[in-house]
Amino acid sequence: MVSFYDREFSSRLLIGTALYPSPKIMQDAIRAAGSQIVTVSLRRETAGGKTGDAFWSLIRELDVTVLPNTAGCKTVREAVTTAKLARELFGTSWIKLEVIADNDTLQPDVVGLVEAAATLIKDGFEVFPYCTEDIGVAMRLVEAGCKVVMPWAAPIGSAKGITNRDALKLLRERLPDITLVVDAGLGAPSHAAQACELGYDAVLLNTAVAKAADPVVMAGAFRLAVEAGHSAYEAGLMEARDFASPSTPVVGTPFWHAVS
Amino acid sequence: MQVTVNGERREIAARTVDALLNELDYESTHVAIAVNFDVLPKSRWADTALRSGDEIEIITPRQGG
Repeated sequence: MVSFYDREFSSRLLIGTALYPSPKIMQDAIRAAGSQIVTVSLRRETAGGKTGDAFWSLIRELDVTVLPNTAGCKTVREAVTTAKLARELFGTSWIKLEVIADNDTLQPDVVGLVEAAATLIKDGFEVFPYCTEDIGVAMRLVEAGCKVVMPWAAPIGSAKGITNRDALKLLRERLPDITLVVDAGLGAPSHAAQACELGYDAVLLNTAVAKAADPVVMAGAFRLAVEAGHSAYEAGLMEARDFASPSTPVVGTPFWHAVS
Repeated sequence: MQVTVNGERREIAARTVDALLNELDYESTHVAIAVNFDVLPKSRWADTALRSGDEIEIITPRQGG
């Protein structure tokens, strides 16, 4: 089981709700992923529009826990206000906090992120911050009261997988009591497995499933990869080494010591 | 009076948030509201007076990752 702010879940795969070819495929993919937590966003509604209501009824049919996000926010003020709107709209104090510094990389503004996280936690929010793999930033977020930290693997939607393995590994070692989630940049189930093998408690992804040729099958593949990676971590992986070490016993090798 | 609704300037007759939602045909929609970056719980919509120049955000759920 994995814990998010004292709530226990069996699924370690958090999934986004955007970019699917159709609403039906979105629902089927989320079910195939086995995800119990889905991320949603909030946007302006045109007068008389029902876009939000239609989407919201699809999510409610899934019977999942909703993690609203502040995607697209560029300032602390925007992010904090959006979080408060999300709390009203979705009736949850959970917020996936994004404060974006740069349009091309969607790199988190880590300075604004720490400030926004501290403000929201004081207001009773349970914050899931989308951050970089920087240990200093992660420690500041924990000091501010975050019990979950979500570093990127690579830029959002880039599908590059884990680009800074050593830093992610260090975060796991240094923050053993924090729920760590790799959020963003995963492209293949093997990337998700790697994150879980490093001891990450969960992964959060969207594009890699939604943009697959068959999102439903890909969602199932990520589900298996996350389970495999987590099992491997619990089993204890051997350390890599520089030289060969025979797995077949040497003693008793036929013709051993025979002079050729 | 003139206010800005979702980034668009418009002339409205409503004097409260509740009346504005009615006027703009949002009344049966699941929305959250901020006026000048102040998020208003539903319990305050009826008695929150709008002023000329207010910036109002009317927000609904949407796909996200």
